[in-house]
Amino acid sequence: MATPSLIPAGDFRTSYAADTTIFPSSASRNAAIVGALLICFAPLVFTEYWLSILIQIGIFAIAALGLNILVGFTGQISIGHAAFFLFGAFTSAYISNNLPIPVFFAIPLAGVVTALIGLIFGVPAARLKGLYLVIATLAAQYILLDFFSRADWFSGGSVPASANPFSIFGYTFRGDRQYFYVVLGYLLVSYLLVTNLMRTRDGRALVAIRDHYLSAEIMGINLTKYRTLSFGLAAFFAGIAGALYAHYQLVVSNEGFGIERSILFLAMIIIGGTGSIMGTLMGTAFVVLLPESMEWISASLRGSAIDKALSLNTNITFLREIAIGLIIIAFLMFEPDGLAHRWRQIKTYWKLYPFSH
Amino acid sequence: MNTQFLIQLLVNGLVVGTLYGVVAMSFVLIYKATQVVNFAQGELLLIGAWVCWALLARYEVPFWMGMPLTLVFMFVFGIAIQIVILRPMIGEPIISVIMVTIGLSTVFQASLKWIFGVNPQPFPRVFTSQSVSLLGLQIQTVYAMSLVVSVAMMIGMAWFFRASKYGLAMRATAFNQQVAQSLGISVKSVFAIAWAISATVSAVAGVVVAVVNGVSSGLSAYGIKVFPAAILGGLDSIGGAVLGGIIIGLLENIAQYIDSEYLHFV
Repeated sequence: MATPSLIPAGDFRTSYAADTTIFPSSASRNAAIVGALLICFAPLVFTEYWLSILIQIGIFAIAALGLNILVGFTGQISIGHAAFFLFGAFTSAYISNNLPIPVFFAIPLAGVVTALIGLIFGVPAARLKGLYLVIATLAAQYILLDFFSRADWFSGGSVPASANPFSIFGYTFRGDRQYFYVVLGYLLVSYLLVTNLMRTRDGRALVAIRDHYLSAEIMGINLTKYRTLSFGLAAFFAGIAGALYAHYQLVVSNEGFGIERSILFLAMIIIGGTGSIMGTLMGTAFVVLLPESMEWISASLRGSAIDKALSLNTNITFLREIAIGLIIIAFLMFEPDGLAHRWRQIKTYWKLYPFSH
Repeated sequence: MNTQFLIQLLVNGLVVGTLYGVVAMSFVLIYKATQVVNFAQGELLLIGAWVCWALLARYEVPFWMGMPLTLVFMFVFGIAIQIVILRPMIGEPIISVIMVTIGLSTVFQASLKWIFGVNPQPFPRVFTSQSVSLLGLQIQTVYAMSLVVSVAMMIGMAWFFRASKYGLAMRATAFNQQVAQSLGISVKSVFAIAWAISATVSAVAGVVVAVVNGVSSGLSAYGIKVFPAAILGGLDSIGGAVLGGIIIGLLENIAQYIDSEYLHFV
């Protein structure tokens, strides 16, 4: 479906540069800059609890962004993203523990190593489509998790691996308030990078493969190369996010990174909108906040008749899972373009208010 | 070499493999008829097992009544899923359909844990004798029953597709939906029936597994094993799915043997 985009009168966009600009008007650019500046004051305003939620949103948003390059822009599918996330976490912990490399450099290095692993899994995956690709990435998930549980030297085996706190030039970042800026920095840089990637030839090649791979190949796009590349990119961002997660939690373990987590990453981009960069952030915020809000609701109902009848508080984990599943289904059935699409519609509505027809 | 252990594992693999084959068969049935990759197959199996368990253990219905009731329930349930969830998804990209079934599996999995709890439950005793003697080998009754039921279901499925009217309609739909429609086949009802049969067959497999091992949410792992089986056997071949299931079951047990004998991984 064509999305209605409203361009102010007199804005004719006579060059490619004007057409592919990130910010269509100076007002939207200023709003983005002011927004980024405002979020810098978040640690001064929010409580620890809210900061930890914000940090989680930031970390998962980076990983989901990588997945969106693969699913939303290249039209591939992966249900092994959590394994790459975990690989980045273990790699960063391993590098910073065993090699004389500070954490500051270990995080991007972990991203690069994870990207290499992603490329290895991407080579067979580049030749597969649809269901077969799903199974191949599912296999990647199981192979990597099996590797983690067997390679004691790498992951610590049954004992969770410990990770050093983030430090730069001898200064160590401690606590959520300081770590928030690390995550924010990575988040801004990766979102800027990907936005710009989509404006280049390579980014357009990925979109062309998604829209019609045969036409793309006829136009001289190397399918194998770009599909593998997008796997590498997805793994890269997953690795970065995983490394950030490792140095935030300070321990890394296999726990909770099975297939459910991969599904959660997919839920983020479906809810946010596949093929939308800002949508990824919205979807991640939604998926992180949904279980939390369910917790608040069940806590506020504690002791009431509804709580007693359904035993909400004891079963809150299952309720969260049910909610996530239902919301994935609901979004796919009723709003397949995700929150980003809804957001555009709201903006369009207010732009024309009160004469929307 | 530990021959006794190996033979036991091989028998085990054969029994488990035929069950994989049955589940893979019902997975392929849905894929063939409706082009939907069902990631909730393991959950269908689990629902069947839990419903039968609830009938037998909670409401103390005798087995000969509880089993048909379970199958009727699963038949209706399969039709309901198809009509409510998957019919609106016809024509959507394959990624969306896959994600819907993944969402379904999450919902089912969590709902079952909510309703029945996380602890495994032993299944009420169905057979009186523990084991039967066959060709000098002592085989547990449940294993023999599992093999018999699986093979019976495979034969039934083969008959269904060869000879019955609906089976032929389903094959025609799988071959070409438009041609089938122009010949007077209701594609809608074929889709619904495919889901219903698949859910029912999975439920039978679920009950068989439950009788052998008890009911727990771990049973849905059978849904994951379906994929290698179906891929190995060919996605749109029922016979291939059965063969793939048996091979995967055997391989799994042989790998376990090699692991414990040579790799010493606990």
